[in-house]
Amino acid sequence: MKKNTLEMIVGLFMVAGFLAFGYLALRLGEVSFLTRGSTYTINAQFNNVSGVKQGAAVQVAGVVVGEVVKMWLGEKGYAHLALRIDNSLKVPIDSIASVKSQGIIGDKFIQLSLGGDEKVFANGGTIRDTESALDIESIISKFAFGSAK
Amino acid sequence: MQQNPINKLGNTGLYVLEDLGRMGLYLHKALRGACRRPFRFTELIRQIHFIGASSSAVIFFTALSTGMVLGLQGYYSLQKFGAEGMLGSAVSLTLILELGPVLTALMVAGRAGSAMCAELGIMRISEQIDALDCMAIDPFRYLISPKFLATLISVPLLTAIFDVVGIAGGYIVGVNLKGVNPGSFIEGMQTSVTNHDIRLGLIKSFVFALLVVWICTGRGFFVRVIRGAGFGAESVSRVTTQAVVLSSISVLIFDYLLTAVLL
Amino acid sequence: MMDVAIEFRDVVKLFVSLDGRKQTVLDHVSFTIPVGKTTVIAGGSGQGKSVTLKLVLGLMRADEGKIFVNGKDITDIGGRELEDLRTGFGVLFQGSALFDSMTVFENVALPLRERTKKTEEEIKKQVIETLTQLELAGHEDKYPAQLSGGMQKRVGLARALQLNPEMMLFDEPTTGLDPVMTQEIYHLFARTQALVGYTSVIVSHDIPKVLNLADHVIILNDGKADVFESPEEIQWSGKEHIREFVKTTMGQIYQSHLMEK
Repeated sequence: MKKNTLEMIVGLFMVAGFLAFGYLALRLGEVSFLTRGSTYTINAQFNNVSGVKQGAAVQVAGVVVGEVVKMWLGEKGYAHLALRIDNSLKVPIDSIASVKSQGIIGDKFIQLSLGGDEKVFANGGTIRDTESALDIESIISKFAFGSAK
Repeated sequence: MQQNPINKLGNTGLYVLEDLGRMGLYLHKALRGACRRPFRFTELIRQIHFIGASSSAVIFFTALSTGMVLGLQGYYSLQKFGAEGMLGSAVSLTLILELGPVLTALMVAGRAGSAMCAELGIMRISEQIDALDCMAIDPFRYLISPKFLATLISVPLLTAIFDVVGIAGGYIVGVNLKGVNPGSFIEGMQTSVTNHDIRLGLIKSFVFALLVVWICTGRGFFVRVIRGAGFGAESVSRVTTQAVVLSSISVLIFDYLLTAVLL
Repeated sequence: MMDVAIEFRDVVKLFVSLDGRKQTVLDHVSFTIPVGKTTVIAGGSGQGKSVTLKLVLGLMRADEGKIFVNGKDITDIGGRELEDLRTGFGVLFQGSALFDSMTVFENVALPLRERTKKTEEEIKKQVIETLTQLELAGHEDKYPAQLSGGMQKRVGLARALQLNPEMMLFDEPTTGLDPVMTQEIYHLFARTQALVGYTSVIVSHDIPKVLNLADHVIILNDGKADVFESPEEIQWSGKEHIREFVKTTMGQIYQSHLMEK
């Protein structure tokens, strides 16, 4: 009997630990193994993506539809982002991608404004119609040094 | 024999080198012992009970209070920028990356590490470890490896519990007491925490677990040959203190190193 | 010609203290220990008695010289060979070295459980038998801390006997026991040896009493060993330091004998 309670307590502890770990992994981390195969990737070309991090959200009208999976510097100094997007969302080729932030110091995310064209981006397509990150420092310095009227 | 300072320095250097080498061999033997048959499964369960399950309560309260303090402090700092919505992400990232692994390892070092060190120290000075050797029972397989395995299993699980309870503590203070929007708390948490962060937290807790069990059991095991430990009961109490201090310091140092390398 | 169980050939053991000073504990020591007899290794404290035992068991390494057990050189062996060597020894430690988190039964059963493939039932039978022989029946479920010093020694002896050792090593077997208990323990040793027939090596500073048991005596002094074929020989020794040793240790003995009466 004594031995059984010992095993029960250890069992409870292990279950609690694994549940906690599961919560962290499934609720907070991206559940990549659940969604793999049901996404596709399109690229976007920006002048400036300052503040965007790998894993940043991609939103349409405030709804998260994907994430930034890769960023690199392309030819002519353009910033390129690879966006992993849910299969169910079709992105028309006249859509606009812009870098936005949540609140003034919040995380940066990519906002897609869907266009009306009938043609949609296929896997690997590139959005060239983009709005770059708002450069807060330059705005503040404009205010501070009075060049903003 | 007269000892000049240079002589002394050389001796100390040699001693430190020897000590490191000893601990390295010890680690090797402990890990090898874990692969030897017969495997002591009941002992492993007993050790997980002692190191993991019995530490749950202290981890729970530490985590809860840490999370609540983080929630409160974070709230006051973020409020100044009107960024209370970031509270969830601030609390969860702090816990997962830093405080969860570090505080759990420190608690385990203080609670279980000291006990393991004292146990092995007493077994050494009362010749119980020699007795095992003389019965041709490998003390590593029999005594030490189960402690290693149990710590390596328990500490990451305790860390996960710490993280979740801490986040709950932050949520209680932020949402229930300070009126942060629950949606933005959860949302902020989910968007800012990535798998990479969780993996880093996990790697940290594994490394810390290894450091704690290695240093604590090793100090106890070598109680006879540690410089300045003295003899008898006093030597055990000294090496136990030394083990807790050393393992805590190495946890903090490795925390910085791992963060620098992996973040 | 007697069979030799253990032979030390020119063994040197140095200790380097933490501040770098060297101390020679055994200085080119040579002696042999015969099979089936009782050999007493005597000497003052710090003269290397326990070191000698640890060298035999491979718990320490000699700095120079060779040690043979049953004709086999054990000076540099390790791993499997060392395990096999130790299986042939039973050791009774100074403080009994019982595992204090285990009951008497578990302590005695440990070598059988870990080193043999016996079933739990066979183990139980053998353990109870040994405990009964050593007058410990009924104490199986007690913990070592609940036993008297003499009983702890007997449990230690029971544990050491489980694997039928060819050789029993006793490290200061009577430390911490009162004179009556000491006598009793020595009688017990003599009885079990007659029963099992092992070679017995007793390390002790308890000279007068232990000499009653001895066939052979080795006295360690200042890193040197003096070997005597019988206890009586010691008293007739012409060597100055032996006479000195006899005077100091035996003197006390005679006094303590008087006090006991």
